[in-house]
Amino acid sequence: MSVEILARIQFAFTVAFHYIFPPLSIGLGLILVIMEGMYLKTKNETYKTMTYFWVKIFALIFGIGVASGIVLEFQFGTNWATYSRYVGDIFGSALAAEGIFAFFLESGFLAILVFGWHRVSPKVHFFSTIMVWLGSTFSAVWIIVANSWMQTPAGYKIVGEGMNAKANITDFWAMVFNPSSIDRLSHTVTAAWMTAAFFVTSVAAYYLLKGRHLDIAKMSMKIGLSLALVASLLQLVTGHKSVVGVAANQPAKLAAMEGHYDSSKPLDITMFGYVDANGQKSVGPKIPGLGSWLTYGDASKPMKGLDQIPEKDRPPVQATFQFFHLMIAIGFFLIGVSVLGAFYWWRGTLWDKKWFLKLMVWCVLLPQIANQAGWFAAEVGRQPWIVYGMLRTSEALSKAVKSHQVLTSLILFILIYALLFALFVFLLDRKIKHGPDDTTSDEPSDDDLILDKSAQKAMREVNA
Amino acid sequence: MNYPFDLHIVWFLLVGVLLAGYAILDGFDLGVGSLLLFSKGDQNRRILLNSIGPVWDGNEVWLVVGGGALFAAFPDVYATVFSGFYLPLMLLLAGLIFRAVAIEFRSKEPSTKWRSFWDRSFAIASIVIALLMGVALGNIVIGIPVGADKEYAGGFFNLLNPYALIVGVTTVSLFAMHGAIYLVMKTEGELQAEAKKWVKSSMIFFGVCYGAVTIATFIFAPHMAEKIRQQPWLFLLPLASLLSIANVPREMSRGKEHLAFLFSCLSIVLLMSLFGLGMYPNLVPSDINPDYSLTAFNASASEATLTTMLSIALLGMPLVLAYTVAIYTVFRGKVKTSHLHY
Ligand code: HDD
Ligand code: HEM
Ligand code: HEM
Repeated sequence: MSVEILARIQFAFTVAFHYIFPPLSIGLGLILVIMEGMYLKTKNETYKTMTYFWVKIFALIFGIGVASGIVLEFQFGTNWATYSRYVGDIFGSALAAEGIFAFFLESGFLAILVFGWHRVSPKVHFFSTIMVWLGSTFSAVWIIVANSWMQTPAGYKIVGEGMNAKANITDFWAMVFNPSSIDRLSHTVTAAWMTAAFFVTSVAAYYLLKGRHLDIAKMSMKIGLSLALVASLLQLVTGHKSVVGVAANQPAKLAAMEGHYDSSKPLDITMFGYVDANGQKSVGPKIPGLGSWLTYGDASKPMKGLDQIPEKDRPPVQATFQFFHLMIAIGFFLIGVSVLGAFYWWRGTLWDKKWFLKLMVWCVLLPQIANQAGWFAAEVGRQPWIVYGMLRTSEALSKAVKSHQVLTSLILFILIYALLFALFVFLLDRKIKHGPDDTTSDEPSDDDLILDKSAQKAMREVNA
Repeated sequence: MNYPFDLHIVWFLLVGVLLAGYAILDGFDLGVGSLLLFSKGDQNRRILLNSIGPVWDGNEVWLVVGGGALFAAFPDVYATVFSGFYLPLMLLLAGLIFRAVAIEFRSKEPSTKWRSFWDRSFAIASIVIALLMGVALGNIVIGIPVGADKEYAGGFFNLLNPYALIVGVTTVSLFAMHGAIYLVMKTEGELQAEAKKWVKSSMIFFGVCYGAVTIATFIFAPHMAEKIRQQPWLFLLPLASLLSIANVPREMSRGKEHLAFLFSCLSIVLLMSLFGLGMYPNLVPSDINPDYSLTAFNASASEATLTTMLSIALLGMPLVLAYTVAIYTVFRGKVKTSHLHY
């Protein structure tokens, strides 16, 4: 296989693996803030036990997120050296800003969040929880800015020619607020909230079904379900904004997402189906003109189709279409689930609805699938460009790297990640089955680092 | 815009500061990691891991930020070095992954087999990481085959030369010493007595390596001393580093491990400065033709980016230092006891 194919597989594989964890970290960060905030406000010990429990799970997820993230940071240099030279000016600064403003914040305060229960006062601990949450959200900000710049470049000029051409920054803020940053950031962060919310409700539903830890399960379910409801409805709004943005900035991508070829026709929305590339149309039940209406407010307005895009500039249509439709289907399904859940909760019947709780247990997978599908739609739909309209993926590779090297590293990562993933699932399962420790005593727990006696005493005096 | 200083030089220095910060901070936890191999008993290994538990992750961020800063300030260096050192870098990444998950996973199962497996992974990963970083540094010192197109033109085995290997082993020994001193500060009783022994042996190990590197540098990389030959007052720098290193055992024998640790940090800073001084203005010297070398001037990002990045650094670094200090303050004191996380 060529270096290009291998490098793309490696990038897609490592980034997709990484992206299992960040949405959970970002969303759980928010949920921890809510839980611990409730504890401080109500002084109800159950909230504390609950926060303890979710912090442990958070730490496990965070750990693997960090381990897999470092690979990505260096992969631009190893596999995409030409790209790195070309965009270093712009892309590098966003990545460096991410490190300084986000990663230090996250990793520093994580230490207090996980190990500091008995070392700092409850208020300082709560502050640390907030900082970890903000840190993880900031890291999303910078990496999405970087990625959005690749989708919709702005604030740059090209200097040099041919081999020596480079993009240079002309306007930092235009680069940061490029046309798709805000839409995609809000969409991704909301997706992260959904991911964590359905994770929490899944675990809570599992306990409810087993009749264990009922207090904590019910409280977790209420918090998770509320966030799930808000986030999945909000997701419709941010998703819609993204579609409008794609229509304006990346018409080829939108055309591929809907399998739309004929530029003289308005954009129909296919509910599900497939793209018939020979017949140059998408097949499946359609809502005529809905796409044009959503973007222009006019159902009869024609939309640019793939027939106006030169063959060599078209993204893979079938894959883009399917990933996009999968994400949307899941989005609507999860709106249904959270509305129904809220309804049962309001009626007071949620705790007895066995079938619904069983469904909730499995729903944990859906936002994960939608996250991956969304990214695949966005990234495959950007092809054949690595920087839209500017640099082709095939030109962005490392010249010094041979295919056997990439193959070796790809196999290496597949093996390591398979091991990691198996262990992750095993340990997560253990932690969940073990459940929260029903101790709320002030004895330092397993997760605490214990000081010598005098320091402990000093700490208690400070807290008192 | 006009500045009273040259942005390229500022960024040459700043990348050096980030690397030195990384070596000081992650250096001690990599060192503690490698000492795990020599520590007996689950209990003791737990304490070792606990001593770095809350801080190792933050320490590693210095590497992440260093990588990001290199990407932004000197994209050509980032691209050439990382694609040129492809396989060693992948090994390094594998090491970083194993280290991160080993410390996370080890406490999750009570079985001794499980624990000693992860402890050993952690130790080996720590050693491999230190070794590979040293090897990379050594190669940069003697120069690598960089062509006119700024691309690496060598193969994998070019990287495994005697000089680079000596620097690699020296890095392992330096971090082991640094980590052992840290352990003396963080432990007490029998374990502390053991850590003191580790300090002694790792100091001897490092002393030998340091001597070897110095001689090897005169043989393989005489250009590193060029500037000192031209400006003899610069000789103060190697002298200071020698004195600082020599002061480490002195402070240890006086029972002042905190001062010893401080001097160990200072030695790292001085060694990095020597390295920077010898290299300047080169970031990656080419051994094909000196004109192809990547320097702070021909490999940098645009002035606009260097300026923006400088504001980001000036804004961000004080914050970073503030919470680094805060976190180390919260976790100061000795680590002990049995009911612990790792
Ligand atoms: C929407 C959010 C998001 C996205 C798209 C990415 N990441 Fe990520 N990353 C995070 C959100 C995040 C996070 C939430 O901040 C993590 C994940 C879990 C964690 O613990 O921190 C993290 C960790 C993390 C780390 C480790 C930081 C540390 O040592 O503390 C690095 C180096 C990266 N990421 C780099 C990348 C790169 C180069 C990406 C692009 C290809 C990328 N991430 C995609
Ligand atoms: C974290 C979620 C992400 C996922 C799941 C994802 C997914 C993908 C996929 C599937 C590809 C391969 C597309 C193809 O080869 O057809 C790809 C390529 C790529 N993506 Fe992303 N991506 C993510 C985030 C990012 C971010 C945040 C960036 C940059 C900031 C980025 C930069 C790239 C680059 C450089 C490539 C390689 C060139 C290419 O094949 O297009 N990705 N990504
Ligand atoms: C409900 C209807 C939804 C619509 C209309 C929608 C729309 C979109 C669009 C148009 C994109 C591409 C943006 C671009 O390429 O610039 C996108 C990407 C994405 N979607 Fe959705 N989406 C929906 C639901 C969801 C759900 C439920 C999730 C996950 C829980 C999700 C997660 C993502 C992610 C992670 C991306 C990639 C990041 C990005 O490009 O913004 N989406 N979505």
